[in-house]
Amino acid sequence: MFDVQAVRADFPVLRRLVNGKPLVYFDNAATSQKPRQVIEALVDYYERYNSNIHRGVHTLAEESTEAYEQARRLAARFINAPAASEAVFVRNTTEAINLVARSWGAKALRPGDEIVLTEAEHHSNLIPWQQIAAEKSAVLKFIPILDDGTLDMDAAARLIGPRTRLVAVAHMGNVLGAINPVVELGKLAHGVGALILVDGAQSVPHMPVDVQALGCDFLAFSSHKMLGPTGIGVLYGRQELLDAMDPYQTGGSMIRSVRLDRATWAEVPAKFEAGTPNIADTVAFGAAIEYLQGLGMANVLRHEQEMATYALDALRSVRGLRVFGPTDPTMRGGVISFWLDDIHPHDIGTVVDREGVAIRAGHHCAQPLMRRLGVPATARASFYVYNTPEEVDVLVGALHKTKELFSGVRVG
Amino acid sequence: MGLGLDDLYRDIILDHYRHPRNKGRLDSPDIANQGENPLCGDEIEIGLKIADGRVVDVGFSGHGCSISQASASMMTEAIKGKPIAEVEELVGEFQGMMRGEDAPDTEEFDDLAALQGVRKYPVRVKCALLSWTTLAETLKLYEQAAKRGN
Repeated sequence: MFDVQAVRADFPVLRRLVNGKPLVYFDNAATSQKPRQVIEALVDYYERYNSNIHRGVHTLAEESTEAYEQARRLAARFINAPAASEAVFVRNTTEAINLVARSWGAKALRPGDEIVLTEAEHHSNLIPWQQIAAEKSAVLKFIPILDDGTLDMDAAARLIGPRTRLVAVAHMGNVLGAINPVVELGKLAHGVGALILVDGAQSVPHMPVDVQALGCDFLAFSSHKMLGPTGIGVLYGRQELLDAMDPYQTGGSMIRSVRLDRATWAEVPAKFEAGTPNIADTVAFGAAIEYLQGLGMANVLRHEQEMATYALDALRSVRGLRVFGPTDPTMRGGVISFWLDDIHPHDIGTVVDREGVAIRAGHHCAQPLMRRLGVPATARASFYVYNTPEEVDVLVGALHKTKELFSGVRVG
Repeated sequence: MGLGLDDLYRDIILDHYRHPRNKGRLDSPDIANQGENPLCGDEIEIGLKIADGRVVDVGFSGHGCSISQASASMMTEAIKGKPIAEVEELVGEFQGMMRGEDAPDTEEFDDLAALQGVRKYPVRVKCALLSWTTLAETLKLYEQAAKRGN
């Protein structure tokens, strides 16, 4: 197991005060903080070998190309992809899913085909499918969630049928923190000849993820939620699927040969990486992956489940507080959404911020799920490798102060 | 309170939040309209009864944080009984105040001026403005409908 205090020492931002109080950063499901190793990798790139990649024969171009491709190898190995070429660099999870909806969906979908999602998806794994379904006259189906936030797998078995072309599901929910049975869903999908896309935005940063063990056809995730910079993410896709797909954007870098009136495409992954990519952030993303590998992803998951166990207990001590999602800590990651009395989550967020605690308040880009839960919004605390049980105690103290301030409020 | 939140959560704001005025749907409004803040999911519905060019009754429903609910409650008190032209002027003055202008030295702003403290919390300014923006749209809809009616 890693030493949390030693980890904390690597994150410069944790030394700052917010409103005179030490920062307690519990908004990790939105974006994580960055260790100095990642910040230094960015600076090092710009100070020593900034250069465009995949062209030019000078030393700097060779070094930057090697660093960029090394990050790809690291990303591929991190999720146990069989080949580095199956890791396509994109801006973020959202772009990865849009790429599949466009490049796979536009070609593969026929009128009446079905795409199966869940009620709990982030908007990024919903709207791209709404759009392509409307265009191709395909049909969206939704696996319902049970009251404890887990998926209704009986319904899933009924919904995934002969017209299903794709099942697209979050590995870990960004609101409820529930870890979904992706292996089982993959078997259901493959059993009817459909593909499965896994939204790994919340899982890849927080637990071991092995695309071969999961049996997924596509996996999408973002660097910025896993200690890396914003603006870079990964689409993993099985080689033969990526080979068969059309380009997402066209232009420089993604071509093999160009005439005035036509062009042919480069091999995967270059086919999907038109234009000069986000080189510096990709290189620093590699440093983030190495940092996480140093901690060990099994250890990261264990730390977060310990945090979740402690927090679920501590939060239950606050009267009037209701936690959403699975109560069994082994069924969930370190994401806890809650509702406190009738106090609006925005007000909770503002009051706890005065105590230095950063939580998220809102609909978490999951409006349909909010409706399902019967609340307009929730407050959400989400943990990462640098968080401690003592910080949970600070949150609980701040929640008591919130209750005091808003006592007597009854929202009609 | 000891939290440094006194500027935001003034007593008058919490009072309006705890005891919202004119909360509820009007039975048969002359015009009703919904507004939402997509950033936080807050929703509001405003209904107006209008007679002889005056807002004779107003009701609001929906859900939101203390700032958005208190702002809506104060707004209903400020506009009830006023001619539409004056209401529109008031909307402009309130929006100006939330952008940083001084609160007008008028009776209507006795309570509303308390919302100036929200300006220190830029992400919450939208909460205070939601009901006002929705009111402005509601009046526009009413005027369009009235024009068509003529």
